[in-house]
Parts: sequence; C-alpha cells; structure tokens
Amino acid sequence: MLGYYLDLARRSFKKNVALTILMVLAIGFGVGASMTTLTVLRMLASDPIPQASGKLFTVQLEPRKARGENPPEPPEQVTRFDSETMLREAKGDRQAMMTGGSVAIEPQRPGLDPFFSEARFTSMDFFAMFRVPFVAGGAWTAEDDAKNGHVVVIARTLAEKLFGATDVIGKTVQIEGTPMRVVGVTDRWLPTPHFYDLNTGEYGQVEQVYVPFSTSRELNLHRSGSMECWGEHGGNSTALDAPCVWIQYWVELESDAKVAAYKDYLVAYSQEQKRTGRFERDPNVRLRNVMEWLDYKEVVPNDARIQTWVALGFLLVCLINTIGLLLTKFLRRSPEIGVRRALGASKRSIFMQLLVEAGMIGVVGGLLGLALAWLGLWAVRHQPTDYAELASLDLPMLLGTFGLAVVSSLLAGLLPAWRACQVTPALQLKSH
Amino acid sequence: MLTMKQVSKVFRTAMVETHALRELDLQVNEGEFVAVTGPSGSGKTTFLNIAGLLEELTSGSYLLDGVDVKSLDDHARSKLRNEKLGFVFQSFNLIPDLDLFDNVDVPLRYRGFSRGDRKKRIESALERVGLVSRMRHYPAELSGGQQQRVAIARAIAGDPKLLLADEPTGNLDSQMAREVMQLLEDLNAQGTVVVIVTHDPEIAARAQRNVHIVDGVATDLDRGPSLVRPAKPAKSGDHPAA
Repeated sequence: MLGYYLDLARRSFKKNVALTILMVLAIGFGVGASMTTLTVLRMLASDPIPQASGKLFTVQLEPRKARGENPPEPPEQVTRFDSETMLREAKGDRQAMMTGGSVAIEPQRPGLDPFFSEARFTSMDFFAMFRVPFVAGGAWTAEDDAKNGHVVVIARTLAEKLFGATDVIGKTVQIEGTPMRVVGVTDRWLPTPHFYDLNTGEYGQVEQVYVPFSTSRELNLHRSGSMECWGEHGGNSTALDAPCVWIQYWVELESDAKVAAYKDYLVAYSQEQKRTGRFERDPNVRLRNVMEWLDYKEVVPNDARIQTWVALGFLLVCLINTIGLLLTKFLRRSPEIGVRRALGASKRSIFMQLLVEAGMIGVVGGLLGLALAWLGLWAVRHQPTDYAELASLDLPMLLGTFGLAVVSSLLAGLLPAWRACQVTPALQLKSH
Repeated sequence: MLTMKQVSKVFRTAMVETHALRELDLQVNEGEFVAVTGPSGSGKTTFLNIAGLLEELTSGSYLLDGVDVKSLDDHARSKLRNEKLGFVFQSFNLIPDLDLFDNVDVPLRYRGFSRGDRKKRIESALERVGLVSRMRHYPAELSGGQQQRVAIARAIAGDPKLLLADEPTGNLDSQMAREVMQLLEDLNAQGTVVVIVTHDPEIAARAQRNVHIVDGVATDLDRGPSLVRPAKPAKSGDHPAA
C-alpha cells in the first residue's frame, strides 16, 4: 500500500501546490536553521580524541607566591622546572610537556623561499598519547629528548611542500639555520578543538613541525602562547628555574586507580616543593581529562548555544504552523475520506495514508533544509572566527538533517491525521 | 444475507435524544431486490448506514452474511464492508481528482488484489456499465447518469454480495434514472442482493419487495407480519432522524 499512498500524496501535492509549498518552506527553513546551528555546536563541542579523551589528563599545580587569598584554581600551565621533574619521574603511563612556537624553515628546494611555520616543542610521548597518525617514520626517541637530538617530525603537507613526497625519513630540514633530521611524517590530523593547547587558537590548524622540547631550548627557538610570571627571572622567562608558567603538561592514565595515585603524587610533589621553599601555598592540584578541560575552559562560545536554542525554537514555530496547515489540508478532504471509509478503508489505512503524505513533505522539506543548511554553513565559513573553515556538513549531520525533517513532519502530521481519520463517513457521504 | 433484530439507533446530545430506529426487525435473503421507502426523516438513511457498517447500532443485533457485526472492531468492520458490500450514493461520491479507472480502483486497493487482478476487475466493471472506453476521463467530464454508472462499477468491481443504494436516481432525469435502475436490476438478476432506499414510488414499484419505514419502525409491505414488527406509535418528545 505504500506505493499507493505515495501516489496519493503526489496527487494531493499537485492539487494544493501553494499549501504544499508553504509547508515545505516551513519545514525546510526550520530544519535548515536548526541544522546549521547544530552543526556548528557539534563541531565546537565535539570530543577531539574520542578514543582516549577519558584517559588523557592535563596537570595543574599551584607554584605562585602567597599573596592575599588563595586563588580557587591553580594556573592552567606549569613551570619548566615542574614539567621537567614530572617528566623525569614519569609517574603516568605516558606523559608529555609542550609549548607552541614558530620556526623559520629554509627550504633546499629551488624556487621555494624561506618561511615561518607553526611548531610544537614537546617530548616523545606526545605522538603516542594523542594518537597522532604517521604516514612515514614515527616519534623521536627518549635519547633525543635527553640529549637535545637534532630531529624533527613534520606534517605531511610540509613534507610535500619541501620535498614533493612523504617518504622523507632521514632527510634534512634547515630550521633556524640548524639541520634537523626528519624521523617522522604525520598524516592528516586535525583535533578539533585544539585541546592540548588552547592558547594558540582553539580551532586553528595544527602544527607543521614538532621538535624535542630540549632541542628547542638549546636552539632558543621562538615560543608562543601565554605566560604568567610572579617573580624575578633575570630576563629569561623560559629558564629552568624561572618563576613562570608557560608549559602544558599532559599525562595518560589508564585506570581510575592510576588517576587517584597520580593525584596523590601531585599533592606529595607540591608538599615537597613547599618544604623546599619553591612553593608557598598549600597543595592545590587539578587533573582534568580532555572533556572536563574543554568544559572548564568554556571552549564552546555561549553565542553558539543561544543560536542553537533560538533555531530549535524557530523549528518548533515552523512545526506548529505545519500542523495548522496539515489540519486544514486534511480536514478539507473529509468528503474523500468519507468515501474511502465507505469503500473499505479502515481508520488505520487513512491514518497511514495521511502520515505518508506528511512524511513526503518532510522529505522535500529535508532537501530544502539541506540546501539551506549548506548555505548557512557557507555563511559561517565566511565569518572571521577561527572555527569558520571547519563548518561543513558531514555524513551524520547530512543524515541527521533528513531525519529531523522527516521526523518533524511526521510529528506535525500525527494530530491532523488522527483528526482526519475520525471523520464520520455517513455524515460526509450525505453532505457531499 | 442481512438479518437485523430489535435494532435501535439513538442519537444523543446534551439537550436531546433522537430515536432514529426503534427495535427494527428485518431480514433480506439471497437474490432479493428490496426497496426501502418512507418519508423524509423516517430513518431510512440511518438504516442504510447501519446496514452498510457506517454507523454502529445502539442496541439489537445485526448479522451480515452470518457475521455478527456488533463485536467487530474498526479494522474488521472495514474489511467486511470492503468484501461484502457495495455502495451507490445519491450524489455519486466519486473522487474528483481520480479518473474513472482510479475511482473504481479504490475499493480494490483496500482489498489487496494484485495489480493485474485489479486491472481486469476495473475494466470488466466499467465494461458492464458501458464506460470502459472512457476510463481515463475524470468524473467532471461525465453526465450525472454516467457518473452514477461509474459509481455502480466501483460498487460491483469487488463482487460484493449486497449492494446498498441510497436514492441512486435522486439526482438524475427520468431517462437516466431508468438506465440506472435497469443496471441495478441486471445486477440483481446476476445474483447480487440489492437494497435501495428511495422515496420515489415508481422506483419502489420495480423492487421485488418493499419495506416502509416510518418514525424509525419498519413495515414490510409485501410480506406477512411474521417478518416485520408492528409499528409502534412514537413517544412524545422523540424526533425521528433522517
């Protein structure tokens, strides 16, 4: 009977073109607006590393001077001294210290001028912890970390730019005048948001160059990102003992027990530092996993949430309008429904026929909604925000758009279809 | 074929209670052609609606081809209506957006016949009413008599045992009315039971049997009193309905 109902729906649309267009527009605009804002919200609020986000924790300690009241939250970054100590003690399953930076690259390829590239100065476990995919080679070794190895991991796009290929392990890249040996080439990787360092842009591109942290200090490579200092550092804020926080420290912990143990370790470490006089305040430590960290940092802009609620409200208004239009349309067909009932259609058959018609409106409205969502996201991509270029419909959202349109129209059709199938055939047949 | 015992139908509103049928007894047998007559508001149409399973009776019992309809739910009633009954209405009640073929197709769709079977039945039914050549025309392109013939084709396409006709000639001129009556008589001759509601004595005279309804009570004019309950006087304050 589905084919018959679809054919009847098609005829009904042809008969009431204006009314049908109104309903399709209502569903289309409601769904289009909702899916545009939902896509942006989903992109902003998505888990950047779903396979490990519950096991990766950022570390916060309180190393600042005791002035006035204790601040409720410790700084969001840690000192170089604490980072290197924790890295050395290696109490987690994996750990990495890091900071953002930028480096000048001198290509040896003819016709290519020197350029600056975003970089990350980090330690070996970074790649395994954050599940960075490699197209060739891999991370550097612990020895490279310890002995300032002149090694580098580069992104696939940079490898293609510098060498025209990705299989470039062992080749040399000139960084700030120093030849660095390529040990790994990362495949396309774009954690969104850029969770491990929100100081260098929440939704921007990832780095093209990865250098051992120790090497970056040896070569005095330019670092970027925020920094907070609370004492004298003799003009060298990145020195080992400088009273400045500027390093992100991440640790991977495989179980709840290990999380609890690591927290104990951080408290004990803070107490020890207080005893030696480095720390002045009582221990105040935090271990936040990826999603807790993004939540704490309020990465998702409030505007995006408000826009989504407004769009969903708009969809609701559109649905209520569609319910009214469907009610008008279906009840106007009471005489035909009366005849069909007399000729053997059950209430259920009439209900299904009308619901299929509502569903068809949803399918067409979904197509329109998809086009409008695409247009809306195109507009978002032209906004001056760092997440703009990521705004696009992926397959789940594409299917979601259709699903929302069809489910919305079916919901809108429920009441009108139910009312229409309550038509008393005897009354309609006599008055027709 | 059709057996009603003590059938009553009461329409109730907050203000008034209307007795449309009062303890009506009626039996219609295989092969019969019965005319149901009565003045306007006597209850003839209510009788037809109950007979056609379009309305539920208030009390009494109704057996259609041996099936007690009172216990059936909407789905079962619709199925029974589709399989056993054919309707012909005064105002034809064709669906204006469908051509003749698709109009005749409507009851067959709900019956679940195959595409080929439906096509055969539709063409055969339209052939019987002489309109097969116009099956892709729309109702608005036909005369009233032709539209009624299409309605008859639609009613008989599923081979119903009982054809219920409500003033089928009421909107037709005398020539067309004669043609439609001839068609109904032919169908009856071929074995279909026909019950026709009319207030036209000439039409009623062509039936084998006449049942007269007044104030919701039926009197069989052609049979002995054993088949029909004597008419009871209406209670004051009661209003028979159409």
